[in-house]
Amino acid sequence: MMSGWSVIRIATILVYLFLFAPVAVVILLAFNANQFGSFPIEGFSFRWFEALWNNDAIVRAFKTSLLLGVLTAAISTTLGTLAALAMVRYDFPGKRTISTLLVAPILIPEVVLAVALLLFLQFLSMPKSFGLLLMGHVVFTLPFVVLVVQARLVSIRRDVEEAAMSLGATPVQTFFEVTLPLMLPAVMAGMLFAFTISFDDITGTLFWKPGGVETVPTQIFAMLRNSISPEINALGAVMVIFTIALPLVAASIARVMAMRKVGASK
Amino acid sequence: MAADVAGARRTPWVLLSPSLATISLLLIVPMLFIVVYSFWLRTATGADQVGFYLDNWIEVLGDRFYRDILFQTLLIAFYTTVICAFVGYIPAYFVANTRMKSKAFLLLLLMLPFWISYIIRTMSWINILGTSGALNTLLISIGIIDDPIQMLYNQQTVVLGLVHYLLPFMILNVYVSLDGIDKNLTEAAQSLGCTGFQAFREVTLPLSMPGLAAGSLLCFVLAAGTYITPIVLGGPRDAMFANLVFEAIVTQLNWPLGSALSLVLLALLGALVVIYTRYLGIDQIAKSFK
Repeated sequence: MMSGWSVIRIATILVYLFLFAPVAVVILLAFNANQFGSFPIEGFSFRWFEALWNNDAIVRAFKTSLLLGVLTAAISTTLGTLAALAMVRYDFPGKRTISTLLVAPILIPEVVLAVALLLFLQFLSMPKSFGLLLMGHVVFTLPFVVLVVQARLVSIRRDVEEAAMSLGATPVQTFFEVTLPLMLPAVMAGMLFAFTISFDDITGTLFWKPGGVETVPTQIFAMLRNSISPEINALGAVMVIFTIALPLVAASIARVMAMRKVGASK
Repeated sequence: MAADVAGARRTPWVLLSPSLATISLLLIVPMLFIVVYSFWLRTATGADQVGFYLDNWIEVLGDRFYRDILFQTLLIAFYTTVICAFVGYIPAYFVANTRMKSKAFLLLLLMLPFWISYIIRTMSWINILGTSGALNTLLISIGIIDDPIQMLYNQQTVVLGLVHYLLPFMILNVYVSLDGIDKNLTEAAQSLGCTGFQAFREVTLPLSMPGLAAGSLLCFVLAAGTYITPIVLGGPRDAMFANLVFEAIVTQLNWPLGSALSLVLLALLGALVVIYTRYLGIDQIAKSFK
């Protein structure tokens, strides 16, 4: 019996290695001093990061991704949070249909979604633009925000709001003074989700992006197709560090804020 | 008071309307539009001939070329799903049953791949399997081979890349259903004389089926809809169906044909999703978001 469990443990370690080793190699090679940026490792160097910093195309792609991610997160979290509130707090006819409709963008393959939106807007004589990119990203991040916020919203107790109301707060006051602060972690989680999905997306983005505009993933894709340049690993490392550090920093900020709140109420 | 009740009835719709408007305008209407569009005709001049032509559909459904690639796509998605199910079940089982403090850490690690870009995870395999990659460097340095061998750019590496990309979806879904199983059940089975493996086969495995099914659905649908992995890790003969869609729309600019192609993909994968939700409900997938 013990040996069976050991086998499972070893297999688990191997699967985790399989998941992370290739990404670890990307980060390792990003710091490699070798002039081709490949094996063998010849020492530690920041040269590829310097090359990134001096590469205008990459810096531009990074700015585009950042702007797109922030705008997508803001819009989609606003829409998604309102929808999640409706789904958790109210009962109304047709709720099941609406629930399916809200997650529809996940159920449809992204390629199909990308084609439909692109062709429809082309038909309306709207050319490919940053706006199209933004619309596309909002549509397919929306269901994730709804699901994430909904899942966390369920645990907020209504008594607190009812208490505020019975003490004379108006519904609007209650929302801003009680509900919103309680919802904030859920909203932040949804926002992070939307940002990361937008920041990492490539499938839809390749369809929607206007010529000459690149996001970081499409820039990496273009670099892969032209010639494997050693800067790719550095760019990959920056992306990984960025998307992993962001949720961790956000989580610790949330923890500090929660601690302070507990401290204040004592 | 009556106004109040009417107001309360209207509130959810007010809250929902921005989302519903967005999804209707940017998803539902465009989807309906490409259904209509697939019956139009792209003429040699590049203009669209409005009407009801079956030409695109005859080409897409009748041409062997499309059928072969469709078959290849489903095969690749199938391999990917089966491998993910077998490889993913074990760590899911471990994480669900371990008593170690590391459980939370292992779960956090499982979430990490979702935060790492798909294109980076895909291209990372070039560093491992490429001609100047880790594996070739290792094999040459210990003297097994003299010259680097090309291990990339075939169907196996496409499946490998997809498994690497989709495995966390499988592990997480299986974990969710394994974690929900009452431990007393397996203990009861064992106290009634089952061996550990029998208890697993008769109790744990059947109870984890919903998670396995949800994970498989996700893996299959996402694998069958991909076009990045075959470009990055596949050879010229490893195109998948979504590559055809991309070619038709972005390269050839034959939009009506591209519409028909994407509808074929949607119909196939959509049918799977519908069958799945018919029997198991959509809630299982939503569970893994909690």
